[in-house]
Amino acid sequence: MPLRFVVPLLLFVSLVVVLGVGLQRDPRLVPSPLIGTPAPQFSLGTLASPELAKTREDLIGHAMLLNVWASWCAACRDEHSLLLELARSGSVPVIGLNYHDELEAGRRWLRERGDPYRYTLFDPQGKLGLDLGVYGVPETFLIDADGVVRYKHVGPLTHDVLAEQLLPMLAVLAQAPK
Amino acid sequence: MKCLTRLVFATLLIVSTALAASDRPAHFGDPALAARYDALLSQLRCLVCQNQTLQDSHAELAQDLRDEVRRLLEQGHSDGQIRAYLVARYGDFVLYSPPLKRSTWLLWMGPFALLMVALAVVVKLSRRRAPQPPPLDTAARARLSAALAERAQPPS
Repeated sequence: MPLRFVVPLLLFVSLVVVLGVGLQRDPRLVPSPLIGTPAPQFSLGTLASPELAKTREDLIGHAMLLNVWASWCAACRDEHSLLLELARSGSVPVIGLNYHDELEAGRRWLRERGDPYRYTLFDPQGKLGLDLGVYGVPETFLIDADGVVRYKHVGPLTHDVLAEQLLPMLAVLAQAPK
Repeated sequence: MKCLTRLVFATLLIVSTALAASDRPAHFGDPALAARYDALLSQLRCLVCQNQTLQDSHAELAQDLRDEVRRLLEQGHSDGQIRAYLVARYGDFVLYSPPLKRSTWLLWMGPFALLMVALAVVVKLSRRRAPQPPPLDTAARARLSAALAERAQPPS
């Protein structure tokens, strides 16, 4: 085949490949600048006792998942059974962050569907949510024993995300020398 | 009549979206602050409806971020500090014009590079002349001048 056919053909094929890869990617996934940085400071009550102030210090000690959810969030229903399963397995503590919600609505959600969380931070103004760069509930952060954000998942948790991302990272963190 | 009703509804629709655009309008005592607020909002992206600025978006997150921008402005932070505050939480994506750095080099320079390549191709193609016919031999030249002479003085 003469060169003047080969060159445009190669250009066309590479354009198709580039655009094809671009289409496969989810434009809603925005890389978080928080990865590798300490979790933000906060002082929030919990759903169980709103007057009790939990702070960043309470997150330090062992690796955990911080799951951002709200009672108005439809996609949070999809991951709830997985979170309950995870809590039963006891492999990693899960802390909830109730985001932009009402106290009673949040409590009712946990009563009706079961409570997978050690405790749930109550953030009605979305203050901690903003500091964490939350933009699409549910979101799940992996925070290590030093309070550093290691990973962020946007959207409902799935078995695949858990098995391929979170659990391996937790295993690595558990082996790291203290 | 039907046409008129349509027109009325269309107008109402336009007016209502324009009114709804500022769900919770911010009021500043200082007009300079209000101008900076508007300018900042038009440069920041809402992460929920990604092709809208914070100014245009109705998403709840956009309202939160607008409130935050107003709070920071009123506390006397500079535009640069406010942008940095949002970038620290949401990343460069929150800026409509991303900063020039190694990871965005291709984004900024790519179009110019493509333009240069296209120009080079155009120049190269235009320089390429159409192939010249072979020079005429003596016999052909004689036939040509005879034909031309005949044409200049048509036989009467």
